[in-house]
Amino acid sequence: MALLQISEPDALPVKPPRRLAVGIDLGTTNSLVATVRHGIPVVLPDADGRPLLPSIVRYGENGVSVGYPAQAEQARDPQNTIVSVKRLMGRGLSDLADARRFPYRFVDTPGMVRIATRAGVKSPVEISADILRTLRERAEASLGGPLAGAVVTVPAYFDDAQRQATKDAALLAGLPVLRLLNEPTAAAIAYGLDNAAEGIYAVYDLGGGTFDISILRLSKGVFEVLATNGDSALGGDDFDHRVYCWAIEDAQLPPLAPEDTRLLMVKAREAKENLTIHRSAPIGAVLADGTKLELTLTAEIFTSITQNLVAKTLAPVRRALRDAGLTTADIKGVVMVGGATRMPQIQKAVGEFFGAPPLTNLNPDQVVALGAAIQANVLAGNRTETDDWLLLDVIPLSLGLETMGGLVEKIVPRNATIPVTRAQEFTTFKEGQTAISVHVVQGERDRVADCRSLARFELRGIPPMPAGAARVKVTFQVDADGLLSVSAREETSGTEAAIVVKPSYGLSDADIARMLEESFRHAADDMAARALAEAQVEADRVIAATRRALETDGDLLDAGERGAIDAALDAALQSRGGADHRALVAATAALNAATAEFAARRMDRGVARALTGRQIDALT
Amino acid sequence: MIDFSRNYFDLFGLPRRFRFDPAALDRAYRALQREVHPDRYAASPDAERRLALQSSARVNEAYSALKDPVARAHYLLSLDGGAPPDEAESALPVEFLERQLERREAVSDALAARDANALAALRAEVDAEAAREEQRVAELLDRNSDAERQTARAVLRELTFLAKLAADIDAMQAELDG
Repeated sequence: MALLQISEPDALPVKPPRRLAVGIDLGTTNSLVATVRHGIPVVLPDADGRPLLPSIVRYGENGVSVGYPAQAEQARDPQNTIVSVKRLMGRGLSDLADARRFPYRFVDTPGMVRIATRAGVKSPVEISADILRTLRERAEASLGGPLAGAVVTVPAYFDDAQRQATKDAALLAGLPVLRLLNEPTAAAIAYGLDNAAEGIYAVYDLGGGTFDISILRLSKGVFEVLATNGDSALGGDDFDHRVYCWAIEDAQLPPLAPEDTRLLMVKAREAKENLTIHRSAPIGAVLADGTKLELTLTAEIFTSITQNLVAKTLAPVRRALRDAGLTTADIKGVVMVGGATRMPQIQKAVGEFFGAPPLTNLNPDQVVALGAAIQANVLAGNRTETDDWLLLDVIPLSLGLETMGGLVEKIVPRNATIPVTRAQEFTTFKEGQTAISVHVVQGERDRVADCRSLARFELRGIPPMPAGAARVKVTFQVDADGLLSVSAREETSGTEAAIVVKPSYGLSDADIARMLEESFRHAADDMAARALAEAQVEADRVIAATRRALETDGDLLDAGERGAIDAALDAALQSRGGADHRALVAATAALNAATAEFAARRMDRGVARALTGRQIDALT
Repeated sequence: MIDFSRNYFDLFGLPRRFRFDPAALDRAYRALQREVHPDRYAASPDAERRLALQSSARVNEAYSALKDPVARAHYLLSLDGGAPPDEAESALPVEFLERQLERREAVSDALAARDANALAALRAEVDAEAAREEQRVAELLDRNSDAERQTARAVLRELTFLAKLAADIDAMQAELDG
């Protein structure tokens, strides 16, 4: 732990040490962690030099295993070996049209579905946290210290529940999340910076279980997402499943045991991967009852049985283009992302649709993690002169409220640039009504029943008034992670209610606290040492930020104000040298508070500067 | 941070008119987001991060209000006071309404027949009519007189109706995409 070696507070330089930051691609099939080293993004391999971590978690007789060891046991222990958990994030059992496909023992709890395993009932958030924890440990071992921050990628078409579940998983894994970043956007950053690309690009991202299409304008260092669309339950897994179904039909097999199902799914995937370079692929397996299976899958058969899956990706592409007000002729290049885009029939279909061969000169497995690492490096504060780019992303699905008759009133439209704040006024329906029920939904359809329910809350204590006299203002705020918070206020009386949207499908704060406690109990880490190290990383961040601010904009403060900030800074430095993590957290918070007004003035100055024209001209 | 009391035109340093150089809006928008976007403050104290979130959201709101011609016309009229345009269809001229009802019927027929080409043709028709009306609104608003503003309100009601129809056709086309 390199940071623990700093003992003299005064030795902290004004130019802060590089903060350790990583980008994490939490994939359906494989996950990766990457960082920026000497200005170049690199994937961090495991101790055996393997860059990928299979997103597979096994709750075995002797504890939890993640990645290749779990993969090796999947056909032997399918009910305790969880694959493709990403498909379950933020989903209830009734949402899973393909639930029968999984050999798990599902527990239908309110909200998110859970799985009964040897190690107890697990939520998808806990299982994902086990994957993320493995990546965090890999990164810390490789970089030599606790992480200052991580950017975790999510499919662009993930809704609020799926995003919140991902953030909860990162929290549970002890990762300080700097940002949730959309996967195609991450790929565009890596591709765009590497190729100095300018113009309008499409990113076609077909992963193991999700499909995204994003249309971006790359111009003068700005990555602007114009529209995004997709299908959060369509990916390479589905192609495997088609091969599996074909094999069962072709060999006329009876219904299979979970072990045989998993074995045949693995063989189906191998055959699919084989067809990337060969014209035909053998499928051979010995089932539990001794039945020998020997089949040959040709490229022709594979293409024909997966034809409608390929077509299913093109509908979102058309919608995204329409939302962006563009046609295929406007697209300068199509960046292919995700292992599933290696399939020749995908490349052919995309090439035909856009009228030009797609760009395949990058590693479709790694580009998302690399882009996330570049973003993490900048967000953690390691920005250099060459990092002067800006990212403007959007929300994928409209957000709205239920109104009379089960209809949806849209408040924030899909493809709105984030962060975004929108408010709408509503009124009471009955005379003397003292409460209103707010039901937040996400989706494009007009009826509430056809949209995803995100949360419900009540605004109570409205003074009795005639029907239609109350003025209830409901405000939606979507932050840069694409996460929603909603507040409601009755304007004539000032009655307020606010929630961060998570109850319907997310975990409660109590759930998270319990899981965190359990994970700490089971972890070998010394909890106190970890808490101190984390407090030190945070304190260093705030101290360095304050020093930089004083250096560049100190003239905005009068002597008294400067004295107060200096005092808070000294106190933080004092605590930074000690071993009491609570004192350090408190001193850091005090320093944060002492600089609030200063922060506002600095931003004023930046804004004024932006509009003098000097900077504007410099950008043209 | 962003001064929330300033109107959107002042915020971007643009003239308070319907017509301006769209490239100037894009440039000012990007320059402001470079200053206030939350990504610039991810490593900053909490207070700065909160301000960045609010400021960046405000800049996005202002940008979307000025970029879209219908939203821009509504915003300009709201700045100049007076009652907001009456959105009720009863306020529209009968002749206009009759034309749109016929068109609505044609749109429904095209959807029932799953005829994407017919929908696209109707969409183009709506676009052409909207473009003509937008031109009229632009001229009326930029003359900057109260009488002309009243006329502009009337034209804007029609333009708003057409924009809604165009969005509905888009939604139907998306449905046909599968």
